[in-house]
Order: sequence, then structure tokens, then C-alpha cells
Amino acid sequence: MLPTLSTKVLLGLLEKALAIRRFEEMLVKLAGKIDVGHFHVYVGQEITGVAALDLLETGDLCFTTHRNHGHLLARGADPALMLAEILGKSTGYCGGRGGTLHLASTELGFPTTSSAVGGCTPLATGAAFGMDRLGSDRVSVCLFGDGALEEGSYHESINIAALEKLPVIFLCENNSLEALGQKAGEYPSSTLAAERLTDLVDPFGVPAITIDGCDGKAVRDGMTEAIDRARSGEGPTFIEACTVRWPGNRPLWPALVTGETNLSMAWDETVIPEKFREWHATQDGVLRFVREMIDEGHATPETVIALDELVQDQMRTAENFALESPYPEPETALDLVFAKSGSVP
Amino acid sequence: MREILYAEALVEGLRELLEADERVHLMGQYFLGLTSHRELMADVRDSFPGRVYYPPIAELGYVGAAIGAAIAGLRPIVDIATASFIFQAFPQIVNEAANIHYMTGGQTKVPVIFHFNHGIRGGGAAQHSHSPQAMLWNTPGLEIMAPSSPYDVKGLLKTAAESDNPTAFVDHTRLFDVIGPVPEDDYMIPFGQADIKRGGKDITLLASSFMVQRALSAAETLAEQGIDAEVVDPRTLVPLDEDTILESVAKTHYLVIVDECHRRCGVGAEFAALVVEKAFSDLRAPIVRVSTEDVPVPFSQTLERYIEPTEDKVIQAVLRVLS
Repeated sequence: MLPTLSTKVLLGLLEKALAIRRFEEMLVKLAGKIDVGHFHVYVGQEITGVAALDLLETGDLCFTTHRNHGHLLARGADPALMLAEILGKSTGYCGGRGGTLHLASTELGFPTTSSAVGGCTPLATGAAFGMDRLGSDRVSVCLFGDGALEEGSYHESINIAALEKLPVIFLCENNSLEALGQKAGEYPSSTLAAERLTDLVDPFGVPAITIDGCDGKAVRDGMTEAIDRARSGEGPTFIEACTVRWPGNRPLWPALVTGETNLSMAWDETVIPEKFREWHATQDGVLRFVREMIDEGHATPETVIALDELVQDQMRTAENFALESPYPEPETALDLVFAKSGSVP
Repeated sequence: MREILYAEALVEGLRELLEADERVHLMGQYFLGLTSHRELMADVRDSFPGRVYYPPIAELGYVGAAIGAAIAGLRPIVDIATASFIFQAFPQIVNEAANIHYMTGGQTKVPVIFHFNHGIRGGGAAQHSHSPQAMLWNTPGLEIMAPSSPYDVKGLLKTAAESDNPTAFVDHTRLFDVIGPVPEDDYMIPFGQADIKRGGKDITLLASSFMVQRALSAAETLAEQGIDAEVVDPRTLVPLDEDTILESVAKTHYLVIVDECHRRCGVGAEFAALVVEKAFSDLRAPIVRVSTEDVPVPFSQTLERYIEPTEDKVIQAVLRVLS
């Protein structure tokens, strides 16, 4: 379902969801032409990121993972600066030092991005510890996949968060549902003895909910409650947002196996290709959001296509900017190991 | 000037930092280990309610939390207790804290101090006797302080607390009973300034942390035999005051390094490489390292004594180098 919001706000969310989808498609296509290296895309999870992170305010902090592109775009990142960073250009968000694995922007509330699975959980918990001790009403959001629950850092962190009632939201994006990859002998997905991910939350006494990550209303409602709880000093919340893995994520290297998204699939089932029919028809959150927007009278196919064209224009501009941007001067590799202020001369 | 114990100077420094800045929080509480001085920390806890956090036995979780808290605006001083436990927290210290400023292109600062008591403490056996400072030195992005006296521990701690970088505070329980002059007034010791702990002309003894005390004892014994040893203490490994080390070697022409790390790739190995690369022609004999033998630290006293860098080994090394 759609969140209960005005048409204008819903269109804003849709624009961000489309930006994520088109950004990732642009990146996958670009990787077919030039060497971009290994990266992870957020296709299929857009509605989770957009609906959840839209609720954050200035000063709230997000700690994400290797699959971070969608999270930054959901917080309003400039796709040009993102792609520049991913291509290692000096104009990127981190001046080319972080790349796809460490996209970060303090301005957007992403102080550091850990690509070590389970790396972000202690950091997000600690940021909440800091907020709590400083007496602020900011919240910390820990974004991670189901795989991070296999790491000890998660268990140590949620224990601390629960004991101290810290303002942290553990937003676990379980994108392994029906993960065919492992069955096919490819990259293994979630490997946990627990039957349900929330079984790993219950012993800590932290409220946990499992929601459909493609259901904008469910994500927004769950996140609203979690943020309220955090801001009012009631402690952490665990949200498991389930999505079905995009077939293009099945191989170790992302591929546009479903082709570029044709938005008319949202309102015309006959154009959905037979291959991966189920994913497009029922599991693609962006198409579902579009369908619901049209069904409930917030948009027409024409307005959606116009919005999508606007987004695709932005992506072309971003691509040109990133490709034309210079690489950093080699000798600057020695800079910024330490912050200048403080004791290091 | 008044003289106080190292343990007292350390706690006084912590107290003054807590008093001066509300953002300073202690996370972990075993700064003084299980020594008889630990009651001093109980007083700190009572004096600053809500500012001393008792974490679960979860080094990865709470050390990582200290890093996250630093990102959010706190200035945590986190205690890892016995240095061997730092390995539980390595993913957060080595792979997160040390990298963050660099990989964010300078956007994010991590003002956190990691305190731990390293080295052979007597019966600690293999899992409570590590000296991990060389491993940390191999990690760009960490500042490292390794004090050896009451004056240094307080002055360096004050500087570390002002730093916007993650700092490893290499401490040693065997230093806690050392007595020395400490001013009543506030002072700081800049990082990257070595200290000549004992002037001498015949040979340089280069040591850090508790090994400075051992080198000083050896130097006194050597003086009785007519050998005038200079003891150089870098005080911080990152940044390292190369000049003072090289100037001392240029003066004495002989170098013995005293280091509690295991020999291979220990702190002493880096000291030796520095001098060979930059002052080879000043040396009149090969450098000798006195360090911990490359075996896990054994429990039994006789075995432990055999593998550690003792005063006697330092003296024998000096006599060998000068012969």
C-alpha cells in the first residue's frame, strides 16, 4: 500500500525511487563499457530506502554498507557526485578515496560507510550512545543486510543498545528471500541457523517487526514508530524489511538480466516479458509503487513517464559530469591520513 | 616539584579531562588493570556519574561503539584493559577507526583514545601478555603514544584528548609504581617529541613504554662499569621523532634497541630499519635488538623470564656491541 501522504509528497518519493533505479541501471550499463570494478546495486529495494529514510531529519545519522547507493540517493544525494566517486574521480563525495564501497557524505548524514559485513552495527550503536550522552534527540539508523546477522558484531551491538536504551534503529534489509543464487551454486546468501531473523532479536527484548520492504506504507509506518520510540528515549527497534532479490543480483557481478525498466509494465501486464515475469509483476517495488499511484489517482501513466524522463535526464547529466571529471593528482594519495587539527603536525 | 606515582598521574589526567570537557566519557573501567591502584578508578567513577560506562564483555561492540560515539560528537576514552583483548576489537580499530578520515576524503573525524595495558606482567601467559603496538603501527591512521614516566603519561594523555584522530594509548601495568615529578599546573607534551631520558656518550639505548625503565636500570649498571649510555624514549610512535633518534646515534655511534614486542616485525624492527636507512654511516657496529623471543609468552616464571627482554640481556647486548 501507499503511505498516507499527499500526491506531491508521494511524487517526491517516486522520483527518488526512480532515481535509484535509473542510477543503478546507468552504472551496470557503464560497467559494460569501462572498468568500474566490483559494485553492489540496490535494485528491488528502492521502496524500503526511500520510504524509511525520508523520515529522517538533519542531524540524524545513517550507517550503511557496501550496498549503499540507494540509501544516499534516498537522502537526496547528487547522482553526479556519487558516480564520480564510484569512478574514482576527484569530484566525488570522498574525492575518490572511498569509491562504491565507502560512499559517505556528512552533509547527507552518512559519516562513514563500512563495507566489512557487520562493520556498521557497532558504529551506529555508538553514534546513538553519543547522541544519548550528549542529550540530543537525534537518531542513528543502522542499515544492513541479513548477512550481517551472521557476524558477532550485531549481537554485541544490539545487546549494548538494548541495555542502554539507545536511539538506534536496526533496519535489516533481508533481500535473500527466495534467493535462488545459493541453490544454483552461486554466491551464497543468508546462512543462519535461526528460522526467522527476528529470532535473533527477541532475546534482547528489542521490539522487532517484519514487513514487506516493497510496501511503502508498511515501511513508513514501521519506521515512524521506530523513530518515535528512539527520539522519546525508549530505545532501539529492529525492522526486517523483506524484498525478493532482483534477478540481476544473482550473479556475483550485477547484470541487467531483466533489461532496463520499462515503466509501462506497471499498468500494462502484456508488455512484461515472460522471463522473470513473477519478479516484475509482483516483486518489483518501483513498478508496484507506480501501479498504486495510478490506481489511487495520484498519477497517470503520462505523469509517471514525464517524471521518469526528468530522472533519466539527470542521470545523463550525472554520467557526463562523472566521465569528464579528472582523476585525483597521484601524489594526493598521501594526504588526509590524519585530521590536521590535533597533535599531528 | 612534587613526585607522584605513574598510576596517580594517569588518573589525575583522566579526572582533569572529565572535569574540563563534558564530551569526554570513559568507556570501560580497567585503566589500572587488577593492580592495587585500581581503587583510584572507583573514585573517578563515583565523581562523574553517567560519564563512566560499564560495557558488557564485548570488546568488538563497545570499542566500535566508542568510535561511533566519537563520530557523533563525544570524545571517548575507551579502555580495552589487557592489550591481548584488543584483537577482539581489531575489526573496529584497524578497519574502521583508522580508515574513516581517509576514506571519507577528510569529512569525518574520529577523536577516540584506545587505552590498553600491554606486555609481560608476570604469569599472564600467552593470552594476557601481548604487545600489539607494532601491529597497530602497521596501520596508517592511528596515532600511538607509549609513555614511560608519570610526567609523560599525563602530558601525552592531555594531547591525545585534544587530537581529532584515533589514538592508541600503549600502557603497561609495570609502570604504575614508577615515581616521578609531575607539575601541579596543567601541561601538555606535544606528540612527535622524543625525550632523552638519560644523557650519555658511549651508546644509545632506544626503548619505549616500560622498556625505557628497564633501559634506565641497565644504564645505571653500565655506568658502574664506565659505560655512559644514552636512553632515548620516542614517547610517541606516531608521529615519530626521527631526528632525536638519529642525532643520538650520530653522537654515540652504537645502538641497542630494547623492545617488548616479539622480535619479528616488532617496534624494534622498525627502529632498526629507520637507523639503517638514514644513519648507516654513523654506526660503528651492527645494531642489536633485545626483544621478546618469537614464542607465545609462557606461564611459568622461569620460562617467562627466559624469553623477555631483561636488564641483564640489555647489559650483555651493550657489552657485545661495544666489544
